[in-house]
Amino acid sequence: MVDSMKFRILFTFVSVLCVGQSNSVAEVDFEKDIRPIFAEKCTLCHGPDEAKAGLRLTSLEEATRKLKSGESAVIPGKPASSALIDRIHTKDPDDVMPPPDKAEPLTNTEKEALSKWIEEGADWPRHWAYEPLNNFPAPNPKEHQFIDGFILAGLKEVSIEPSPQANPETLIRRLYYDLLGLPPEPEAVAVFLEEWNSGEEKAYGKLVDELLSSPRFGERWGRHWLDKARYADSDGYEKDNNRMNAWRYRDWVIDAINEDLPFDQFTIQQIAGDLLPDAGENETLATAFNRQTLTNTEGGTDKEQWRVAAVMDRTETFSAVWLGLTVGCARCHTHKYDEITHQEYYQLFAYFNNGDESNTKVKRSEEDWKDWEEKSADHKAKLEAKKKEHAALIAGISGEQAAWEAGIRDVVEKATVTSRQVSIEVAKASGPKGTTLTKQKDNSFLATGKAPATATYTLEGTLPVGAYSGLRLDVLTDAKLPGKGPGRTDKGNFVLNDFRIQIDGETIPFGGARSDFAQGGFPAANAIDSNKKAGKGGSGWAVSPEFGKNHWAEFGFGRVVTLKKPGKFKIEMVQDYGGNHTIGKFKIGALSGPTKLIVPETLLPLLSKSVPERKEEEKTLLKNHFLSVHPQSQRSFAALASVIASAPLAPNMDVRVISKRVKDPRETHIFHRGEFKQPEGKVEAGTLATLPPPKHRGAAGDRLDLAKWLVNGENPLPPRVTVNHIWGHLFGKGLVPTVNDFGVRGDRPSHPELLDRLALEFIELGWSRKKLIKTIVMSDAYQRSSDHRRELVEIDPKNRMLARQNRFRVEAEIVRDVSLSAAGLLSEKVGGPSVFPPIPDGVTDANYNSSFKWKVSSGEDRYRRGMYTFFKRTAPHPNLMTFDCPDSNVTSVERTRSNTPLAALVTLNNETFHEASIGLARRVLEDKADVDDAGKVDHAFKVCLSRNPEPEERGEILNLLQKSRDYYESHPDEATKLLGELPVAKESKDPKSLAAWAATLRVVLNLDEVLTRS
Amino acid sequence: MSPSVNILEKSRREFLTSSASGLGGIALGSMLANDGMLNASTVSGRDRAELERLKPNHDPKAKACIFIFMAGAPSQLDLFDKKPKLNELHGEKLPKEILDKARFAFIKPDTATLMGSPRKWKRHGKSGMEFSDLLPNIGSCADDILLVNSVHSEEFNHHPGQLMMQCGVSRFGMPTMGSWINYGLGSDSQNLPGYVVLNAGRGSSGGSTLWQSGFLPSSYAGVPFRGVGEPVLNLKNPDGLPADLQRAGLDTLKTLNQKRYQEVHDPEIASRIASYELANRMQTAAPELIDLSGESKATLDSYGVGRPEPEGAGFRGTLPGVPTYDTFARNCLLARRLVERGVRFINIVHASWDQHSELDKNHGYNAGAVDQPIAALIKDLKQRGMLDSTMVVWGSEFGRTPLGENRNGRNANTGRDHHPLAYSMFLAGGGMKGGLTYGKTDEIGWGIDENPVHINDLHATMLHQFGLDHLKLTYRFQGRDFRLTDVGGKVIPEWIS
Repeated sequence: MVDSMKFRILFTFVSVLCVGQSNSVAEVDFEKDIRPIFAEKCTLCHGPDEAKAGLRLTSLEEATRKLKSGESAVIPGKPASSALIDRIHTKDPDDVMPPPDKAEPLTNTEKEALSKWIEEGADWPRHWAYEPLNNFPAPNPKEHQFIDGFILAGLKEVSIEPSPQANPETLIRRLYYDLLGLPPEPEAVAVFLEEWNSGEEKAYGKLVDELLSSPRFGERWGRHWLDKARYADSDGYEKDNNRMNAWRYRDWVIDAINEDLPFDQFTIQQIAGDLLPDAGENETLATAFNRQTLTNTEGGTDKEQWRVAAVMDRTETFSAVWLGLTVGCARCHTHKYDEITHQEYYQLFAYFNNGDESNTKVKRSEEDWKDWEEKSADHKAKLEAKKKEHAALIAGISGEQAAWEAGIRDVVEKATVTSRQVSIEVAKASGPKGTTLTKQKDNSFLATGKAPATATYTLEGTLPVGAYSGLRLDVLTDAKLPGKGPGRTDKGNFVLNDFRIQIDGETIPFGGARSDFAQGGFPAANAIDSNKKAGKGGSGWAVSPEFGKNHWAEFGFGRVVTLKKPGKFKIEMVQDYGGNHTIGKFKIGALSGPTKLIVPETLLPLLSKSVPERKEEEKTLLKNHFLSVHPQSQRSFAALASVIASAPLAPNMDVRVISKRVKDPRETHIFHRGEFKQPEGKVEAGTLATLPPPKHRGAAGDRLDLAKWLVNGENPLPPRVTVNHIWGHLFGKGLVPTVNDFGVRGDRPSHPELLDRLALEFIELGWSRKKLIKTIVMSDAYQRSSDHRRELVEIDPKNRMLARQNRFRVEAEIVRDVSLSAAGLLSEKVGGPSVFPPIPDGVTDANYNSSFKWKVSSGEDRYRRGMYTFFKRTAPHPNLMTFDCPDSNVTSVERTRSNTPLAALVTLNNETFHEASIGLARRVLEDKADVDDAGKVDHAFKVCLSRNPEPEERGEILNLLQKSRDYYESHPDEATKLLGELPVAKESKDPKSLAAWAATLRVVLNLDEVLTRS
Repeated sequence: MSPSVNILEKSRREFLTSSASGLGGIALGSMLANDGMLNASTVSGRDRAELERLKPNHDPKAKACIFIFMAGAPSQLDLFDKKPKLNELHGEKLPKEILDKARFAFIKPDTATLMGSPRKWKRHGKSGMEFSDLLPNIGSCADDILLVNSVHSEEFNHHPGQLMMQCGVSRFGMPTMGSWINYGLGSDSQNLPGYVVLNAGRGSSGGSTLWQSGFLPSSYAGVPFRGVGEPVLNLKNPDGLPADLQRAGLDTLKTLNQKRYQEVHDPEIASRIASYELANRMQTAAPELIDLSGESKATLDSYGVGRPEPEGAGFRGTLPGVPTYDTFARNCLLARRLVERGVRFINIVHASWDQHSELDKNHGYNAGAVDQPIAALIKDLKQRGMLDSTMVVWGSEFGRTPLGENRNGRNANTGRDHHPLAYSMFLAGGGMKGGLTYGKTDEIGWGIDENPVHINDLHATMLHQFGLDHLKLTYRFQGRDFRLTDVGGKVIPEWIS
């Protein structure tokens, strides 16, 4: 296979430079001369999908096959007998290939090339990207690092001299912009320059190491990855609900990159972390990569349709990011150009089809977790102490149980069958919002307003002097209630889940309860039991099916309450069953005199047994009840409970991730034309036949098999694609310029040998992103001047030979970061929830129903890096979008770089950038308070551009400063206006001067040199 | 030619060509036309292709498009497509053979019944085109209108459906119509973006994805304009910074950037200088655009600028406190002013027509908001001789069901569900045949009997009127040549006058 590789330096470079210029064919090369013809003009109809007339121009085997007509399209060595040659030359408009409505006609050069190619034997190598990685030896290994060996050899072939090394000021800026996305501070530049002058190689390498270990590196390169992950803070589609926990995955990416998690692990964890044998929190969290798909919660949607859409997106994102291939076309039909069949699409789909979205608990952050561990240790100590104290108290009062039992027996004996009732004056009765409790003439309360799902009624008032043994609750009918009540469900039921009373702030324990009627499973005693749960899991008193009748319940206190002076009471009636199970009309009263309800009914028989007669569990029951009604132990229990409740909450959060579907695993079918409602044949998980096969651990392949297949070292695409991405970030363009297309219609690499060597190097370096980046930035090629060279405009207009570095505008987030950093405003905080920096009015109204509110963050969060800006998919921040931030609805492996008037308006006038210009002015005035204007201008240049201004530049800026000063000196009000209410301008002692400097230095922040990575 | 002239020309060409994406499609065509130094012999293959792209494929009829997007799906049965039979069958069930195949968002099929329209209908103009009484003013333009009653879509939910209408395919990451047309033709405006979005009232389901540029550079994305206050984001200088100080700053910036350009020769710097100059021009042009003081009272009144909101509350086509009637009227007038200034594509958005309940009340509100201003726009364009070259398109992502909606908990049917199988749109101007009612639905408006029009067909025909062949207006992304009409689309010759 390796022998069939047709990469030769000569043809590659020459072909790069001479596109469209060759007039005659010297020696036909398939990759350069033939494959592009097929891809552009033939395979739409004679390709992997449609094989018109039985012909597929995808391999020599296919091309030489005997066709339906009996002919063969290609007969190697015999152009005259090859049907292909005949058909491209025919004058018959019905027969000529390609048909005029399908493609542009072939040029004479192309026709000639095809003939010659067949004559020379029709050599047909495989498409370069599917070939195994080849370890090409680099030219001049002794003199040059391998990157430079390849690049210099290429330049030599075409007789181009490389550009010189950039000056050290440019180099440090380049490294800072590329690795951190920030400008270097003047002090860092000074240190570097000093070291540079005493030994450049060492100084440069040291700087690289320093930057690679900065936490800012993870942010910078994490953002590159987040583009691929289509990361956002909202669901997308119409409702576009916020995802307040999405940021946790973003932080995982930053951390992983800062820790230099090897790219193979980085890959495996994100695709299949949950399936790893020892999957922990971090590995599970990583799978949120595939949860970044959109969620459609629009009313009336078919859930399966949008689940399938998400799985398709996962399949396609996977292919785009790791394989550099667009498999999306094969959703509906076999790919028109690349060897991706309709079936193979669904084989890939099958790997993802049994991964469902689910929630997992993860730490908010390691820092929070450490903090919590400390606090927990403190709490634990406090709790232990409290427990001891409590145990001592219990031991102290347990001797009183016998006397208490005697007292209870006494009460029970005296108890009468009918309770003595005392009426209570309720001064204040309240329910949930929207419910009104109105006092009726008979002192009962009627609930009105829309019936709530659940309710808690609170009744307050004063109990007169006296002795009280319990409470009575009458629930009453009323014509106004559904089914006449007493409850508020359609039929008139209710559930009283919890019933409690405090007198003078102290909770009174209950004994027993009884009622005139109770629904099966809903006795009155349930309202005073220990079950405090809401909903179906709770317990309570209810009255089905005895609707439309009055009912009552009595709740005895666990000890007689004797008030020597009037006491304030507060009664709470919790009705949290749901579904309008609330009480419609009721009346509350008190009981006095002895009642059997002083203990739960179940305890009465135990009390009459002697101690030795009691079983162990009976003893426990009685003891527990005794302790629960004893005032001292009750208080101690409450105190203990409050200590337990004060335990610091573990800083966990739920994050939505992907996990394996265990119940009812899905079969995968091919969908006819991609329609989820038209399943056809069943398929098993599998990859593309054109690539080395995956190893499945079990009978069927799963995501873990798929992930490992990517990074097994044999699959050539992921390493090639990944090093091309990394190269692209460091040179502005990949070695394969079509970063998103490694298929037959994509560009071929400018330096195929270098690409393969880098891919192998990456694997050898243990898939270390940082080491690979260091290798690249240490090369001479990286360090060259980026100045354009006019003599190269014709011969290498796109700089594919890399005689020089490239210049390019920095990304949207970095435009912001650079300005805020120069202004001394940028927050250094890494990670955490997304933030809401200032946004122009009205932007977020574009969202559905204009329901999204953007509350501008204050303090430090106003000045976070651009990557932390909350990303609302249907109303993203315009400062990001104007500078080509991807919309994150689909994966993006490469950003465009537009240069528009709207972008100019952002950096000129937008609040954030205006604030940055004031910040820069303030910084310069503070840093250089005792220096003259020229010195201040110099400082601003050093802050923003890492260099001194040239005299002409200084003069221009000073001129502008003069104009600004003249204006604000004579218009002090305008100066105040310019500074406005911005936090950065607060407490300015000399607003006129600050305004003049801000109006001047904004120009520096808008310089091409600031916005461009040189 | 001396080397220095050559270099100058070179960089000018690079500037212009990189600006094709760089300057938001602004004025490229005319700049090139005026550029004597640019001739075929000095343009390389790739650049030639770029210039070639910006030429129409054939003689264009339309130069500008005003796309009036009624987000949420208006009911064709209560506006355009009169169905006496449906009224007769009011309260009956849908025939079983239809019901079994049908898909609904909210309707419970077992108990759903057909719902007639309470509207009164009227024939208008020489053509006798029928409109309901909700659209009396638009009706008065009948002889300039091409009414299509047979549009259909595959998409069933709002956001995907809206993407389908704007992008020709319901996937994310695709360019919208306005982006495609600007990509294909550039823009004639010297100081305004080529693609402007005007929204009235509340946001739509699709939000900003409805004017996205997808894989095309973001300079082809629609730019939202506002009719009052600051028309374009960040247009105003910071408070306290007067225009002449802004200008002085820009002059300094230009000098310094030019100096940089002299040193590093990167044409992107020249582009950037131009961008800042254009930004400054836009600072004057955009406020001038929205300043309606030069419009006559008659014109303002005809559009309904300054109209009060109608009495009542709880309308789905607005938000409390938002003067939607006035804003929509203003937007229609602004659209004309934008076309006059060379802007290629204007997207007027109004939401929401999604009336699952209380359809009469809300369609009443919505029709009231749009009827008068749209009619005024068509008449105004015509009177100024602009209608022939300006295509006005009225439409939405889908229509509404002949069945009343009986969603859970609703006692009476007062609204209709989503219906992508058959619905109506209309076009006027840009060489479209006025007075023609095209396509026919069955007697209850469920399916299409004659001349179905897919959204791809609509787009193909629109592009055709702009002189663009929908099969040739392509952009290669991820190895595929994408087009607005995806894998479908055919031009409908019957529409063309």
